[in-house]
Amino acid sequence: MTQTSLPELVGCGVVSGDQPKVHTAFLPVYLLLGIAFGIVLTRSEVLSWFRIQEMFRFQSFRMYGIIGSAVVTAAVSLVLIKRTGLKSATGEPIAIPARPLGRGIQYAIGGTIFGLGWAFTGACPGPLFALIGNGVTVMIVAVVSALAGTWAYGWLRPRLPY
Amino acid sequence: MTALFNTEWPWYLAGPLIGLFVPALLLAGNKVFGISGNLRHLCSAIIPGKVEFFRYDWKGAGLWNLVFLVGVLIGGFLASHIGTPHAIAISAETRASLSGLGIHDFSSVAPRELFTWHALLTLRGFISVVVGGFLVGFGTAYAAGCTSGHAISGLANLELPSLIAVLGFFAGGLAATYFILPFVIGSL
Repeated sequence: MTQTSLPELVGCGVVSGDQPKVHTAFLPVYLLLGIAFGIVLTRSEVLSWFRIQEMFRFQSFRMYGIIGSAVVTAAVSLVLIKRTGLKSATGEPIAIPARPLGRGIQYAIGGTIFGLGWAFTGACPGPLFALIGNGVTVMIVAVVSALAGTWAYGWLRPRLPY
Repeated sequence: MTALFNTEWPWYLAGPLIGLFVPALLLAGNKVFGISGNLRHLCSAIIPGKVEFFRYDWKGAGLWNLVFLVGVLIGGFLASHIGTPHAIAISAETRASLSGLGIHDFSSVAPRELFTWHALLTLRGFISVVVGGFLVGFGTAYAAGCTSGHAISGLANLELPSLIAVLGFFAGGLAATYFILPFVIGSL
């Protein structure tokens, strides 16, 4: 069965088509950035089930302030990068591959399913791993279960609407 | 310096710091900030089976992101060992709402009634961790992104698919919070 009619998963670190060469010399940079992100997730408390409940119950501005100011900061950065035509340290022109819209079904349904899981676990994928580092080791089980969920999606993928 | 680790960071510090990971990863190696792709990379690395979705060069596509993810785990460990431990200072309304559901331990980042190895043996703990985790993995793979990939990277890049996905995140989260969790936490 051909898979080419299905939209490829892009973004989230997955780029379709030709894979870029692995720049192993840069791996320590990603490790350091990841450590910084784990620290931010912890000290900002966005990895807390309690903060997620507070957000979904609209009982604090905090999470909305965090997500909103993160988006604005990232958007302004993208505009500046485009205006200045900066290249990456690896010498590549900077480009974010746009996701195909299709009929939008995968985003609506997939997004809703993830939203349910976000409220159940009180964590999105990054915080799941940061929580293990924080000593909430039972989240190892949540990660294994998330891998099972991703695997189930991969298996069902040709039969799902997009 | 350590004063920064004795209390939670204000939203106007935490938010922009999170947003800066988008240009940082682009400038480092033209990488798009997004965590959930790692779940696919891990499936591809460990148990690709005969599933087309997992048959690709995961090292080329995602080794950088898996290394980033290891960093997130280490960062969580480091941050939780610096400064004084403290309870999450959620609003009084949230505390009251959760108390009404039977959540009384507010001393950790996640309620111990649901997120300990012991609680995993209860139905509500099992649903929170195992069912919740499965939905996170399935949903992010189907939607091709999570909070970082869609809500931060995608929205900042003004992508319509990401806006639809984020509306879905909240539709699911609100449904769970108002209709499902009260039953799961309060009755099971």
